[in-house]
Amino acid sequence: MSDDALAVPGAPAALEATPARAGLWRRLWRDPMGRAGVYLLAVVLLVVLVGPLVFPFNAQDFGTSAASILQPPSAAHWMGTTELGQDVFREFLAGGRISLYVGISATLIAMVLGAGLGLVSGYYAGWRDTVLMRITDFFLVLPTLPLIIVLAALFGQSVIVTSLVIGLTSWPQTARIIRSQVLSLRERPLVQRVRSLGAGDLRIMRVHILPNVAPLIFANLALVLSGAILAQAALAFLGLGDPVQVSWGTTLHNAFDSGAMSSGAWWYVLTPGVGIVAMVLAFSLIGHSLDRVLNPLHGGRS
Amino acid sequence: MTARYLGRKVATLALTLYVTVSFNFLLFHVLPGNPVQMLARSGHFSPAARAELVRLFGLNHPLFDQYLIYLKNMLHGNLGFSYVYREPVTTVMGGAIGNTLVLVGTATLVTIVVGVFFGVIAASRAHSITDASITVGSLGLWSMPDFFTGMILIFLFGVWTHALPVSGIVTSGVTEGLWAHTLDVGRHLILPALTLVLVNAAEFSLITRNTLVDVLVEDYVVTARAKGLSRRRVVWGHALRNAMLPVMTAAGLYVGMILGGAIQVETVFSWPGMGLLIYNSVEQRDYPVLEGCFFLFAIAVIATNFISDLLYHFLDARVRRT
Repeated sequence: MSDDALAVPGAPAALEATPARAGLWRRLWRDPMGRAGVYLLAVVLLVVLVGPLVFPFNAQDFGTSAASILQPPSAAHWMGTTELGQDVFREFLAGGRISLYVGISATLIAMVLGAGLGLVSGYYAGWRDTVLMRITDFFLVLPTLPLIIVLAALFGQSVIVTSLVIGLTSWPQTARIIRSQVLSLRERPLVQRVRSLGAGDLRIMRVHILPNVAPLIFANLALVLSGAILAQAALAFLGLGDPVQVSWGTTLHNAFDSGAMSSGAWWYVLTPGVGIVAMVLAFSLIGHSLDRVLNPLHGGRS
Repeated sequence: MTARYLGRKVATLALTLYVTVSFNFLLFHVLPGNPVQMLARSGHFSPAARAELVRLFGLNHPLFDQYLIYLKNMLHGNLGFSYVYREPVTTVMGGAIGNTLVLVGTATLVTIVVGVFFGVIAASRAHSITDASITVGSLGLWSMPDFFTGMILIFLFGVWTHALPVSGIVTSGVTEGLWAHTLDVGRHLILPALTLVLVNAAEFSLITRNTLVDVLVEDYVVTARAKGLSRRRVVWGHALRNAMLPVMTAAGLYVGMILGGAIQVETVFSWPGMGLLIYNSVEQRDYPVLEGCFFLFAIAVIATNFISDLLYHFLDARVRRT
């Protein structure tokens, strides 16, 4: 980067882009909670991405007789069978991808929208800020899950629509958080000096503001990701999941609908449920830890 | 000063309500794939019947006139007519609102008490093992989908032990007397309410902990301790009162969250409230009821935000003075 031309002697270290980010990951790793989250995430990713390759799931594999229906765990079926005689363990391995896929794509949409609006709103202030924040506040007060359910019921249940619907409803809090950080950053002496040296708005945002809100975006990203995965699971459980794609929420929907509860088929319910909890917990541990690292007072240095 | 503040807040409230109504109109009556047009266009009707439907739903009017008619209907409390129940949406919702209020109200009370209690314990022993366990435990419960938590409770207290009822709001058959009836409803309430508490208390414990940790290092807390007041008295008496403000601002977001939870929990426990109504109207594509329920949920969240804003204003002297 040709940053040197604009370098200001004695600028606070926190305003330098790279060290702040590198330090963030190091501090995440040093925080026990953060490290637990990273380990858990590694396990979840291994199970979700590699598992289906080792134990592929065939939805048409119904078993051979009526005796293969709703069977408890055994050597042949490690996590028992479904009401159709399918293998729960293989279905579980196959189901994680959709949660992950919807979670990530919805979060990307929410981050681009939220961080973008927050950046513009906080940087320009004035009427642009007023208009954008009024819109943000309106979406902030709409009850999110009911809105997602309504949108899914109106616009369809494919994986792409689900991602869009969750992404388009998850950005307001990010916009608020980023905006308030940008508001304080733009008043810092370094930014003021760089501006008086003639740097353009876009350059200031890219070189001096964005790297400094990046840690905040990462912390928020992990939490939005948890929320998106939970929202997808709830949609699928309520019967608004993609009908042709198996996901943990869909499995739980089928279990509930087929009376697995009253049959005492705990393996059918527990297996996909634990998958959801593990994936969400991994991201919320990481997000919470990043949040602590950014607000040292809350976590303290251990 | 205060009158001007109130006036501004009420004006914002009116504007928000107006935008919400218009947003609903856009969602259910204008955007492509909106239910009214789909119904009128679907192949099941003779041309005459379709013309009748178009007339009935006012689709023959220009869009702007439809919007005005919609606004007028909303002002008169006319939320439309259910496809499935063949009754006004308000009548359909009327039977469910009370049940949801009982469930969500009970759950909220317990959630706040439990959440704040654990938040205070964690903050007053900040950076200890207790603190870490409460935080990790909160995160763990927060990571549970409401419906999954409910299903686990059904296994624990219903299927395996038959300790508590897991479905509906009353035992079928006649229940004699008001007292017996209340007791019966109470027993049915335990598991759905417990589900909501388990999942949502974490939100309060985490916020309470984080604000209280900030408050506990402030000068007046140190002074109170130096005066010789016991640690417990300072935490519960002095600090907590000031830490409650951020907890209160979270109330609006919380209501949105618990209503989302209520949809899942009422579905799992067949609790006959608004949440179950939403689930059923999604399944049967009863769009007018879905629209009405969503509208009511949005109003509930907007109203809570309004009230918590006002309370915040009157309770926090720092805000009031500026």
